Amino acid sequence: MTTLDERATTWLTVCRLEDLPRERGVAALVPDEVDAAPVLTQVALFRLLDDTVLAVQHHDPFSDAHVLARGIVGTRRVDDQDVPTVASPMHKQVFDLRTGTCLDPAGKQPVAGRSPDLRTWPVQVVDGDVRLAVAGGAA
Amino acid sequence: MDPRHLVVVGGGMVAQRLVEALRDRDTDGTWRVTVLAEEPRRPYDRVALTSFFAGRSPEDLALGDPALWDDPLVTLVRGDKAVAVDRAARVVRAESGRTFAYDHLVLATGSYAWVPPMEGADLDGVFVYRTLDDVAALRGYVTTLAEERTVRGVVLGGGLLGLEAAGALDALGARPTVLQVDTHLMSAQVDLGGGEALRRLVNRLGIGVRTQSMTTRVLPHRRGGVGRVELADGTKLDADVVVVAAGVRPRDELGRESGLAVGPRGGVVVDDTCLTDDPHVSAVGEVACIQGACLGLVAPGYTMAEVTVDRLLGGAAVFGGADTATKLKLAGVDVASFGDAFARTPGALEVVWADPVGGVYKKLVMSDDARTLLGGVLVGDASAYASLRPMVGRELPGDPAAFLLPEGGAGAPDLELPDDASVCSCNNVSAGAIRHAVAEDGCHDLGAVKSCTRAGTSCGSCLPLVKKLMATELGKLGVTVSSALCEHFTLSRAQLYDAVRVAGLRTFTEVVERFGTHGRGCDICRPAVASILATTAPAHVLDGERATLQDTNDHVMANLQKDGSYSVVPRMAGGEVTPEGLIAVGEVARDFGLYTKITGGQRVDMFGARIDQLPLIWRRLVDAGFESGHAYGKSLRTVKSCVGSTWCRFGVQDSVALAVMLELRYRGLRSPHKIKLGVSGCARECAEARGKDVGIIATDKGWNVYVGGNGGFTPRHAKLLAEDLDTETLVRTIDRFLLYYVRTADRLQRTAPWIEDVEGGLEGVRAVVMDDSLGICEDLDEQMARHVADYEDEWRATLDDPEKLKRFASFVNAPDVPDPSLAYVPERGQVRPATADERAVLVAGTTLEVRS
Ligand SMILES: Cc1cc2nc3c(=O)[nH]c(=O)nc-3n(C[C@H](O)[C@H](O)[C@H](O)COP(=O)(O)OP(=O)(O)OC[C@H]3O[C@@H](n4cnc5c(N)ncnc54)[C@H](O)[C@@H]3O)c2cc1C
Ligand code: SF4
Ligand code: FES
Repeated sequence: MTTLDERATTWLTVCRLEDLPRERGVAALVPDEVDAAPVLTQVALFRLLDDTVLAVQHHDPFSDAHVLARGIVGTRRVDDQDVPTVASPMHKQVFDLRTGTCLDPAGKQPVAGRSPDLRTWPVQVVDGDVRLAVAGGAA
Repeated sequence: MDPRHLVVVGGGMVAQRLVEALRDRDTDGTWRVTVLAEEPRRPYDRVALTSFFAGRSPEDLALGDPALWDDPLVTLVRGDKAVAVDRAARVVRAESGRTFAYDHLVLATGSYAWVPPMEGADLDGVFVYRTLDDVAALRGYVTTLAEERTVRGVVLGGGLLGLEAAGALDALGARPTVLQVDTHLMSAQVDLGGGEALRRLVNRLGIGVRTQSMTTRVLPHRRGGVGRVELADGTKLDADVVVVAAGVRPRDELGRESGLAVGPRGGVVVDDTCLTDDPHVSAVGEVACIQGACLGLVAPGYTMAEVTVDRLLGGAAVFGGADTATKLKLAGVDVASFGDAFARTPGALEVVWADPVGGVYKKLVMSDDARTLLGGVLVGDASAYASLRPMVGRELPGDPAAFLLPEGGAGAPDLELPDDASVCSCNNVSAGAIRHAVAEDGCHDLGAVKSCTRAGTSCGSCLPLVKKLMATELGKLGVTVSSALCEHFTLSRAQLYDAVRVAGLRTFTEVVERFGTHGRGCDICRPAVASILATTAPAHVLDGERATLQDTNDHVMANLQKDGSYSVVPRMAGGEVTPEGLIAVGEVARDFGLYTKITGGQRVDMFGARIDQLPLIWRRLVDAGFESGHAYGKSLRTVKSCVGSTWCRFGVQDSVALAVMLELRYRGLRSPHKIKLGVSGCARECAEARGKDVGIIATDKGWNVYVGGNGGFTPRHAKLLAEDLDTETLVRTIDRFLLYYVRTADRLQRTAPWIEDVEGGLEGVRAVVMDDSLGICEDLDEQMARHVADYEDEWRATLDDPEKLKRFASFVNAPDVPDPSLAYVPERGQVRPATADERAVLVAGTTLEVRS
């Protein structure tokens, strides 16, 4: 789960809503901080059928490749609710797009040192601009 | 103590079961066994003999685990016949002069085909139908003759065997007529009404039938061999080949000559423990006259084998009686009879349902209170056979008539079989044994249940019931075996295909709203729907909502590799490529730094392309005259070919030209799983075509086509579908085969398991694609014609559409920045992806400018 230091939060406009095809993902590069050092992190953005935009890490913790934006978007019933999901194009693990939680590890372990769950980013859509809350960097 | 010596005379099905059971149970090795077999091969599956015509080789008919014959306690003497038994000295003498002393002797000599007395029975072209050598000779004779004239076949005998033989002649292209002495076909099993319905079904296959026809003479052809047969009423019929299937007689000569009691109609008399009147001699199988009769079915033979083994090991088993239920194994004709089919029980009631037009006749024989099932006859639709047969002697729930109505009619109540009901009569497996295998022994698929219980491994007629029992039991265990595609669709892929096709739907939203349960699909149903729509309502993979359904491979029209890069394969139809083409491909690979490798399907695969490079690479390839090779799709992958008659010294047909033509015809055809084809220019098979879903091998008369082969995890050899086709017929046959597969296979099911699953197996597929038994061929032909006409190169269409090209940006906010995590290191003169450790060093400290 994301923990954001309020002071360091910046709303970064990454694209227009119409740049995102519905029910598919695209990748974006956003500024980030790792151990207080500025880096670029790859984010996967998904636009759902109702135009909600959700953002999770593009890095697939199970295959160690940056591919999650290329997964198939769908839904899965969890506690009588249809949760929006993406399935890794590499080995089919399924993740909850809202929380990043891994719903189905497909019998595999993440690569060493990685959590099976995904990091998420808060997203706003303002006047057609898609904005991501990013840490540090562009501020 | 030295093991005692068991000698078994006869190496047939029952002998095999006996040895198997003995080695299974005699764990202390108290017996060693010698089997004297007249036939020059190991015991084989005689019941499946007719499948030899469907391209099966003798090895495919092998029974059980071949390791049995390597057991040190087992000796198989092949090609030597027992000619005398000296019971006083307990010695068997073989034709070769060898002698075998025994502690116990088992006669398992089976039967021989009986040839009624008639003039000319010894002419060339008169065959019996009992052994592999018989059918191999028959096949050779007919194929040789077919080169010079249309072959007309006559089968003497309209019973189970005669009809099977007629089917075999038909498969060989000889036009068969069945001559039956009795009033109707299969008179030993079905009544007159059933026989009439059966005749109509058989006629429909192109097999002629004459009843009350006794053959008195076989007359020679002026060019040698048989030419005609003459009936008792003087009628003469043209016949180039005659198959005699007039019944069998026990091979009881060893018993007779050594003074054992023989039954009134032949057969070595045994008691309920299978012992003859000599305590050191047993008889089992068709040669045994047990409870007053010889039984011409394998199931009672197997029971006798088990009883004998039990007795040899000191047990007390007895032969309880025979189940004489039978089902005809003739593709396209469904006939079964079981229990008291002729209503011979006093007071028995018959419930009959007949549809003379459809050729359906069904009868149940019930006890006088109409509650207990005594037997039945099913002609034209024997789907209820597997579940009704085990109910014989038990009360049927509800109205018996409900079981006779066509499927989907009133709906017969579900039969909950008691544990002791026999499900597989060939192998004597009860419902309880199957439930136990599933619940206790962890057999969770049909293959496991079959190998664990032996159910369904002989004639196969019980398989639907075995499947159903397994599914019910798995359901109880909480294991779902529903054919539902995924949580979003309760339909199976095949059902959904039909539903979508018939309803004429074009988008995923329509499909999920109409046939889905809830939600917006997943990585299972979305690609499945994409694949269905691709052949029911063709459109580009990235058109509108279609784009959301594609796996990444289809979405970017390249193959995802482990590091997130892709590989690119341009089409080289038939594996043919010009020098210019090769140079162009080489230049592309060099300019983009791609690793190149030759694939098993005769293509050049270029690895390490980033998503944002794909359109640039395609541009170059398309300009050089290439197109997408669909290496990424669940679709036609490749048609591999050998060089064929244009260059090869041995070639008899132009395999490359055919391969190119086929590849251009089926390119882009989306299917449940990948499809591969192969074409070889002669029988040397250099293209390894029989390892393909469709394999074509040239003959000097045309093409043989094999289906259901694959490599991979469970390699399979393709089986013969049809022989010596001209090119036009060949193409039409493959068209239909592929589309029938596309329509009815499960998702991710290759052709081999599909053929096993689909109604009627390979015979069923043949009936559909060659004889149009489902009446869908016109539709299939039309669908393929549309596919061929509508084909467009997906790469080029993408290059021509700026909207589609947007999907290939590496980052939406930095479209020209390559994925910074990708890193390559040199190896053997090319590149390979860096390992995690190497990458940590190579990609550290990336800094990039970002649009904001
Ligand atoms: C085409 C066909 C289809 C059939 N379909 C069915 C079916 O669907 N269902 C069913 O239940 N049954 C079917 N049967 C019958 C079934 O095959 C037999 O019931 C079964 O094979 C009997 O087994 P057996 O071991 O008693 O005899 P066999 O399998 O005939 O074996 C006897 C063997 O003993 C050998 N032999 C004989 N004498 C000697 C000797 N003196 N020395 C050495 N060897 C000797 C013979 O060469 C033969 O190999 C079919 C039979 C045929 C031909
Ligand atoms: S299969 Fe026959 S024609 Fe083809 S290359 Fe081999 S030998 Fe030559
Ligand atoms: S009934 Fe023949 S295999 Fe089961």
